[in-house]
Amino acid sequence: MKKFINKVDDVLVESLSGFAMAHQDIVQLHLDPHFVVRANKASNKVALISGGGSGHEPLHAGFVGYGMLDAACPGHVFTSPSPDQMLAAAEAVDAGKGVLFIVKNYAGDVMNFEMAAEMLSVPNATVLTSDDVAVENSTWTTGRRGVAGTVIVEKVVGSLAETGADLAACKALGDKVNQRTGSMGVALTSCTVPAAGRATFDIGDNELEMGVGIHGEPGRRREAMRPADAIVADLVAAILHDLKPAAGAEVLLMVNGFAATPLMELYLLYHSAEKLLKAQGLIVSRSLVGNYTTALDMAGASITLCLLDDEIKQHWDSPVHTAGLRKGC
Amino acid sequence: MNTHDILNAIMAVDQALVAHEAEIESLDRAIGDGDHYINISRGSQVAVAMRDELAALSPDAALQKLAMKLLSTIGGASGPLVASFFMGMAKSIKEHNSNLADVAAAFAAGVEAIRARGKADLGEKTMLDVLIPVSRRFSELTAAGAEPRLIYTELKQVAEQGMLSTRDLVATKGRAAFLGERAIGHIDAGAKSSQVMVSAVCDLALQA
Repeated sequence: MKKFINKVDDVLVESLSGFAMAHQDIVQLHLDPHFVVRANKASNKVALISGGGSGHEPLHAGFVGYGMLDAACPGHVFTSPSPDQMLAAAEAVDAGKGVLFIVKNYAGDVMNFEMAAEMLSVPNATVLTSDDVAVENSTWTTGRRGVAGTVIVEKVVGSLAETGADLAACKALGDKVNQRTGSMGVALTSCTVPAAGRATFDIGDNELEMGVGIHGEPGRRREAMRPADAIVADLVAAILHDLKPAAGAEVLLMVNGFAATPLMELYLLYHSAEKLLKAQGLIVSRSLVGNYTTALDMAGASITLCLLDDEIKQHWDSPVHTAGLRKGC
Repeated sequence: MNTHDILNAIMAVDQALVAHEAEIESLDRAIGDGDHYINISRGSQVAVAMRDELAALSPDAALQKLAMKLLSTIGGASGPLVASFFMGMAKSIKEHNSNLADVAAAFAAGVEAIRARGKADLGEKTMLDVLIPVSRRFSELTAAGAEPRLIYTELKQVAEQGMLSTRDLVATKGRAAFLGERAIGHIDAGAKSSQVMVSAVCDLALQA
């Protein structure tokens, strides 16, 4: 393992502290329990709180700020945060209109947020994100994984919440965006959890993991390396098979890097995916390319499609000012 | 069961986990995401560090306090499950003067709390494949008035069988569930750590 580390046990707090210093105009960090809130607390709106294991930066703390989240609860690397963090965050950001938790669908995150929701005295609701189409939702699983599409949910619901919409409306829009969003990823290398000190999985120089999860969990299959266009064709086909867009549907195309793949390659993937979608008669009218939901030091990328409608477009286009995503203000 | 017994069990569990670190980690890397040992050992270290604080409390208060602390320090999937176990035990134990049948009932209440929180059951390739059979057999043996030494010896065997049974199961809960049939042939790391813990507590009781 070769990483910038002082002490393994200090990685999370030193990283969070640096994040808070670098973006002190946007966020404020609380420690013990750990949570990140906006530098300026919002009023008269539903408080949006997300969280999850660390190692996916900028998700979620990078999306705290005007137009997106009110607070984020970072857990240890790839480990759910705990209810005391969520309760402290909720107490800090509740503005009298209730709390909406946005939770990626993993057993640990679901149970911890569920316990927090049971203990929380203010009205609350939860949106579970489950956009990863790699693993089918069936009795085999606890449901599909929440991955990069979570960023779209946080942006769109964040925008609606700024308008003063109530808790039920925010939850309904979050659920709608999740239902209209599909993602699938591919890994070229493993990631290395700092505390583990070695690669999470072994993968050959000429292999890729199709359908990989954002913690390095195996996906659908191990394959031989292929040209980018062929890989993109498989990812897009799997997502379209799931979303079943109508002919001429308008979509948001997101190409998300897992952290160790250069932007040069992410744009190459975007080029390939957009051409393919256009050839299939879809209209790609919104885009997002970059490292938004990462997997520590994994090389690889995911493609996410969101079926747009007027409401989603309006809230996607609205101003946002966070460390990880900024436009229009 | 008194608070002293609980503290001794914590020490035994902590030492046993350390002794099985490599084994648990390698199982989790095969079909999990490699963090199970890190999380569970963080919990046992915190529990050991709470010894003085817990010593003055009644068994149910000690278990409840331990549960809340573990909930906030373990995190992940293990945190709520481990915390639910101790909360379940705490609720059960305070209604009894604990003889061995009461301890079995408290253990069963803890296991039931894990089952409710995790929405999982027997045969899903999880820690419950160890804990449910152990809990059932514990209740049966105490109800039948079996000798304590026989009970602990048999529970160790039941835990071992439960752990080994996960090898041939398809996971339907936890991160290994995402693997489908690819998880067959691998023992579940949570079942392994549970077996290690059950075994450590039984050994402790057998030494007494």
